[in-house]
Amino acid sequence: MNVHEYQAKAILRKFGVPVPDGHVCYNGASAREWAKRLGEGPWVVKAQIHAGGRGKGGGVKLAKTSSEVQMIARDMLGMTLRTHQTGPEGKVVHRVLVENGCNIANELYVSFLVDRGTSRVTVMASTEGGMDIEEVAANTPEKIVTEAVDPLVGLTLFQCRKIAFALGLKGKLTNKAVKVLTNLYATFIACDCSLLEINPLVVTAEGDLLALDAKFGFDDNALFRHLQIGDMRDFDEEDPNEIEASQHDLSYISLNGNIGCLVNGAGLAMATMDIIKHYGGDPANFLDVGGGATIERVTEAFKIILSDKNVKGILVNIFGGIMKCDVIATGVIEAAHQVGIQVPLVVRLEGTNVELGKKLLAESGLNIVAADGMADGAQKIVAAVAAAA
Amino acid sequence: MSILIGKETRVITQGITGATGLFHAQGAREYGTQMVGGVTPGKGGSVIDGFPVYDTVAEAVQATGATASVIYVPPPFAADSIMEAVDAGVELVCCITEGIPVLDMVKVKQYLVGKKTRLVGPNCPGVITPGECKIGIMPGYIHKPGKIGVVSRSGTLTYEAVWQLTSIGLGQSTCVGIGGDPVNGTSHIDCLRLFEEDPDTEAVIMIGEIGGSAEEEAARFVKENMTKPVAAYIAGVTAPPGKRMGHAGAIISGGKGTATEKVAVLKECGISVAATPAEMAQALLKVYKP
Repeated sequence: MNVHEYQAKAILRKFGVPVPDGHVCYNGASAREWAKRLGEGPWVVKAQIHAGGRGKGGGVKLAKTSSEVQMIARDMLGMTLRTHQTGPEGKVVHRVLVENGCNIANELYVSFLVDRGTSRVTVMASTEGGMDIEEVAANTPEKIVTEAVDPLVGLTLFQCRKIAFALGLKGKLTNKAVKVLTNLYATFIACDCSLLEINPLVVTAEGDLLALDAKFGFDDNALFRHLQIGDMRDFDEEDPNEIEASQHDLSYISLNGNIGCLVNGAGLAMATMDIIKHYGGDPANFLDVGGGATIERVTEAFKIILSDKNVKGILVNIFGGIMKCDVIATGVIEAAHQVGIQVPLVVRLEGTNVELGKKLLAESGLNIVAADGMADGAQKIVAAVAAAA
Repeated sequence: MSILIGKETRVITQGITGATGLFHAQGAREYGTQMVGGVTPGKGGSVIDGFPVYDTVAEAVQATGATASVIYVPPPFAADSIMEAVDAGVELVCCITEGIPVLDMVKVKQYLVGKKTRLVGPNCPGVITPGECKIGIMPGYIHKPGKIGVVSRSGTLTYEAVWQLTSIGLGQSTCVGIGGDPVNGTSHIDCLRLFEEDPDTEAVIMIGEIGGSAEEEAARFVKENMTKPVAAYIAGVTAPPGKRMGHAGAIISGGKGTATEKVAVLKECGISVAATPAEMAQALLKVYKP
């Protein structure tokens, strides 16, 4: 789960990480009022969407007067912001953050994440603040320093100092950096983060450190113990189909192709997308119905797949282990009756009760193409979609 | 012969009084596994469908002589259950539970250091030595005793590989699902090493996924340390660019974790890579003559 920048900064403030004073606003007038309350200006107005690269897309603007804050906020609210992370369709701005500007002397990068390689929380820091860290890693990897944290000891002071020195900080700034890093680690652990990225962490002209932007990724598996974080979820920022799917315990990710996929198991679901592509087709989604899918869940899965207008055909690929093939077959037939499937449907069943499942489908009177194996299924759906086009 | 488990393995189920735990304990027993009891705190002393229930893992081990444990405990408590089994000295712990918070697993991973326990999983189908012992949720009947080792991060994709092997008459020595979570107990390399040492495994199928660099490291291990032929499949060639988090994790590991890059490294290391998931068994036959 992700949160907005203003929410991220509120969390950081609570854990003693310095951030600029600011407030979230929903209209121009309140933006002007908040600007006056916050200080003398200048102020920064920042569009709140769950995507990076906002500055280049016109989502971050400087204002010298409070009426300028009002004007910028009014223009920004309701606009569709397109950045390299939103895709071409962009995202509509529903909230803006008004905050005090600051005098930037230097921009740094700091992030915390769980590293698969070491199975530890790891700090990544760089002098190249304000840039995409992927770019820094590709072009100047020597400018990234990392430090793995022993989970039983936590991030030690000497590790913090090591990072501070690597960032070129001197004198009092070293101590300030130690405090910021210690508090960021505490935030990461306390909130069960999967990612906490401060980019940039700025050194101000006054000699302070300030988290100018913040990006959190929370471990969805740990949200049960962080209800207040779950409350920050903004459904406007998520794909409506993905929300619908998550409410039925289906794992669904929408893609740009035209062949809908209904599969059990994440690995097999990915493999199904791969084989469709291999035979020249283009998957419209990733959908894992899970191991214990019921007839209702299979029906919901079909509804979600068919709500995507690009879908011109559907491939069902089930390897029934615990899940029985006759249950899947019944679900397919039920869904066909309820939803009315108008596009070609290819079904590949294997595993427990496969003969019974195939028999049910064959006798259903539905226009279903049976497939033997994954390759056959993929070839048949690609051919059917091509023929219909 | 086989790796990790066999006829002699004695298994207890942690979370045996839950619907899932009991269902799969029964399934494993029907398959012929020595399922010797279970643990549910507070229900010690009772018997459920013939399985004696104990309050703690230590008690269960003492009473039954269990050498392995399988965990179906819900995610908020699963990490604690793993550590309890480790503390009780269980040799092999398979954690099936999906959805354990990753920071819980970071602690568990550290807790395992210096202990004799091997953890498989979490978020995995388990381990099976066909015809001898089944620990986990995989459908037993698709397997057949034989000489091919299978190791995989993904559950249903493992079944797919096993089914392809069985369909052409190739049996399996042991199949290990190591689980898809970012922090887990047993790696591809751990399993490859065991398969290399196992006199009755003649070849191995390894199934990987996008993300991280475990498959690349496994490939280098194969090149440097293995005499037995290895075939592989990497799922996710067409998956959309991962979340930022995945990329950042991969930066540290020095790779980018995309399937295309993984496939290239695997091929360089002499592994026969299946072009599609339908060709895993054929890919093996290119480097292995039964």
